[in-house]
Amino acid sequence: MDEIKYSPNIDYGTPTGQSTKHVTLTIDDRQVTVPDDVTIMHAAALAGVSVPKLCATDSLEPFGSCRLCLVEIEGRRGYPASCTTPVAEGLKVHTQTPKLADIRRGTMELYISDHPLDCLTCATNGDCELQDMAGAVGLREVRYGYEGENHLQSVKDESNPYFTFDPAKCIVCSRCVRACEETQGTFALTIEGRGFDSKVSPGNKSFLDSECVSCGACVQACPTATLIEKKVIEAGTPEHVVTTTCAYCGVGCSFDAEMKGEEVIRMVPTKHGGANHGHSCVKGRFAWGYATHRDRITTPMIRKNIKDPWQPVSWDEAINYAASELTRIKAQYGSDAMGGITSSRCTNEEVYVTQKLIRAVFGVNHVDTCARVCHSPTGYGLKQTLGESAGTQTFDSVMASDVIFVIGANPTDGHPVFASQMKRRLRQGAKLIVADPREIDLVANSPHVRADYHLKLRPGTNVALISALSHVIVTEGLVQEGFVKERCEWDSFVEWRDFVAQPQNSPEALSEGLGVSAEDIRAAARLYATGGNAAIYYGLGVTEHSQGSTTVMGIANLAMATANIGRDGVGVNPLRGQNNVQGSCDMGSMPHEFPGYRHVADDATRALFESAWGRPLSKEPGLRIPNMLDQACEGSFKALYCVGEDIVQSDPNTQHVTHALQQMECVIVQDLFLNETAMYAHVFFPGASFLEKSGTFTNAERRISPVRRVMAPKNGYEDWEVTVKLSNALGYPMHYAHASEIMDEIAKLTPTFHGVSFKKIDEMGSVQWPCNDETPQGTPIMHIDVFVRGKGKFFITQYVPTTEKVNARFPLILTTGRILSQYNVGAQTRRTDNTAWHAEDMLEIHPHDAEDRGINEGDWVGISSRAGETVLRAKVTERVQVGVVYTTFHHPESGANVITTDSSDWATNCPEYKVTAVQVTRVSQLSDWQKHYKTFSEAQIAFANKTREAKVESVKIG
Amino acid sequence: MDIQRLISMANQIGDFYESYPDQSHAQQDIAGHLNKFWALPMRKQIAQHVTEQGGFGLHPQVQNAIKSYLLV
Ligand code: SF4
Ligand code: SF4
Ligand code: SF4
Ligand code: FES
Repeated sequence: MDEIKYSPNIDYGTPTGQSTKHVTLTIDDRQVTVPDDVTIMHAAALAGVSVPKLCATDSLEPFGSCRLCLVEIEGRRGYPASCTTPVAEGLKVHTQTPKLADIRRGTMELYISDHPLDCLTCATNGDCELQDMAGAVGLREVRYGYEGENHLQSVKDESNPYFTFDPAKCIVCSRCVRACEETQGTFALTIEGRGFDSKVSPGNKSFLDSECVSCGACVQACPTATLIEKKVIEAGTPEHVVTTTCAYCGVGCSFDAEMKGEEVIRMVPTKHGGANHGHSCVKGRFAWGYATHRDRITTPMIRKNIKDPWQPVSWDEAINYAASELTRIKAQYGSDAMGGITSSRCTNEEVYVTQKLIRAVFGVNHVDTCARVCHSPTGYGLKQTLGESAGTQTFDSVMASDVIFVIGANPTDGHPVFASQMKRRLRQGAKLIVADPREIDLVANSPHVRADYHLKLRPGTNVALISALSHVIVTEGLVQEGFVKERCEWDSFVEWRDFVAQPQNSPEALSEGLGVSAEDIRAAARLYATGGNAAIYYGLGVTEHSQGSTTVMGIANLAMATANIGRDGVGVNPLRGQNNVQGSCDMGSMPHEFPGYRHVADDATRALFESAWGRPLSKEPGLRIPNMLDQACEGSFKALYCVGEDIVQSDPNTQHVTHALQQMECVIVQDLFLNETAMYAHVFFPGASFLEKSGTFTNAERRISPVRRVMAPKNGYEDWEVTVKLSNALGYPMHYAHASEIMDEIAKLTPTFHGVSFKKIDEMGSVQWPCNDETPQGTPIMHIDVFVRGKGKFFITQYVPTTEKVNARFPLILTTGRILSQYNVGAQTRRTDNTAWHAEDMLEIHPHDAEDRGINEGDWVGISSRAGETVLRAKVTERVQVGVVYTTFHHPESGANVITTDSSDWATNCPEYKVTAVQVTRVSQLSDWQKHYKTFSEAQIAFANKTREAKVESVKIG
Repeated sequence: MDIQRLISMANQIGDFYESYPDQSHAQQDIAGHLNKFWALPMRKQIAQHVTEQGGFGLHPQVQNAIKSYLLV
């Protein structure tokens, strides 16, 4: 049988079949062979026959309410709905008969009689399924007037900043309700009332006040103009489409940028997007307006001193000034005084040219990336144990998991689209273990999902938990020894086994320190080891600790010992924070590694790059971000090229960072906005947004996806072009005419990328590395027959409590996190209407701790640590445990990182954001830091000739 | 760099290897880690601290690792 080919542009009405058995049937005049678990409607679409429909769409399970898709089947009575009738061998189906036409017209007539006939002025004119169906069934007259009862006077709900709900146009097909349930998993919408009175409702509240998370799935599913993007109402329907990739989180959703000339009308998740399958979250779907925000700086600027106003200059002038300063500093202080930082918000191509500039032209390996402060322990831990610094699975693998173990991650906020998929699997019955100090939404606040075990451990005790779980697996005989013998280094296993089996690693011994009952630990360990396919998903709650790397290795140990690696449904899955964390690491932006994770001291690799780049390269590992800053404070690090990263806001111990920057003589910042770091800069290169450049992003499942330019860069150049210009001015010409040529160079020099090119990515939509001669179609799942390092290696993971300890002065533990509507430092999302959901960072505190301190909901509270002090508003909640407080860091004036300390992961220096000892008290004024910040940032914004307005949301107290 | 910070970073590395049964191998691993991930100026500074200050503040095992295996 020929393989069934799906076209992204056809709506097959009901979901694709999963069965491998096929049946053959006749639809009208055509014979078609299809999987035996699809509907007649789906089979008809595959045969090229389109059956009228309204309530069905292929992203949702059929519902059978509109009665438009009726068919006749020979030998069967009546007129079954094709969207709910399964196929069977030998059926003879007729989709167009006079009787069917009659019924359909009658049905359409009823719909239209209760629908405003303002098609010509309706925002979806030409893009409305109701309109299409009226045409398809040949509706020519409507016998019922508007005199009868109707819904035409219903009131619009415009509360959501991005879409409207106009009930007058609703045909109650319930596609939106099902989209919210099945696609998003939020269950915010219901059909209320019955019969004529039935209507769609977000729980009798406005959309904004409801449970709705503004993912847009309902808007996309709606066949009429009832749920529609405000931008479409305002600007009209788009006229061309460019497929690109979301620039926010590590899920890496594929989007169709629907355009009108150079204006984005809407971003619609691509139906066949490899990571998202047509789904999205509020950030990627709606929060792209920052790209045209008035705060954007599009002219290069320079200044001698950070106390001086900025001087807008031409590109040539800015580049030449930067180059002359770098040259001067190199001559005066030597190469060791210079370095650069790339960002996970950069494309692969940008990261690659930046690290090339620093290694080949600056002549040092002092290049680092913001993964330093998030997932560097993942890179280290997985390389040590499994041999590759990357997650082992594809997202879709979760659909084959029986047990899902989420540790230190909050997918519904941090990785929303993947969370929707995970929740779907959980609703199908997979078991869930959550290890988190906080009650994240997956624990008990997601409809029809409940964690079987919530191990509510104390912050900083992950390694102890992993040891206790391992102890149970080893001592209760749950190790898959056959797998370990065949696939792993046996000696390393024996050492690990003997270590975790020691009594001090038992759940009973560790229970008190963890704050989790020994029974729960034992039960969770048994479930993980014996519950079928078990997959671990983890995030920054694992990595951002003094023992972040140890926990990552411990997680890999668990997966190897239980044979939960190397196939569908299992694995070790780091949930990457930003869109291109994986890619920026792959591209060699760590100071000790060339692209493809090859150490700079490896002579063969170095020789390869030396011959390709034509410059001698250093064999010495370079400085990491915190090392650069430390060196700067001591006066030996003088110049920094910082591309797309905002270390002042995102790195720990803000005052240390700003002090370091003030000691430098040339800080070059390349960014969209005058970010916090730019306030300490001497050269500002305006950056291009993801809509204005071409390149690739690599998501958490190693999927390389296209970023495509949909409009000309407002600043004049794509970011890689700016880096190339700087390189040229420094006497090292780089010759790339297009970002694709950079990827060609990456592919040539990196074995895991040998088969990657823009052409291939365009053909396949996306591709998961390794992609080379052996795996030309990419590698969804790694380590299938052998580990990348050969044999898997176990590591002993001794628990070492953090030195960041609570005491009488700092009796609480502060831990930090993220929220759905905002992204990282918030530079982008704060400049969109997403602020409707998160206008400020709040401090979550348990009622007991609040009461002890006389703190009420909404009070201003001072939070002080060994590093500094800041002030936030309190939110009293039992989500956090007694003794623990929690905040996000999306707003600069919150100063969350003023309080975080220099303490960091032993192997990678990833900061310990998740554990800071603090005291919290009621206050009536801003902290000293905040007062200083306010004055300083106001002055800096004025220096750039920008108004304060949208830049800094003022903190109002009293 | 602040020597105290280097000392505590080096000790943290030592802590990781503390439970390894083969401690002579652990010494190589500790130094190996420093060689692989610490920039030369940092390695020089910690080596100097061992030779000139008797490695004050460093765990003995880390000192030994530095003495025997650190590349500077
Ligand atoms: S936007 Fe998303 S969460 Fe909100 S109602 Fe629609 S489907 Fe549900
Ligand atoms: S809002 Fe749209 S999708 Fe929902 S029931 Fe009404 S017409 Fe159908
Ligand atoms: S932010 Fe993440 S989940 Fe949301 S649309 Fe973008 S890539 Fe997808
Ligand atoms: S499409 Fe089948 S009943 Fe609506």
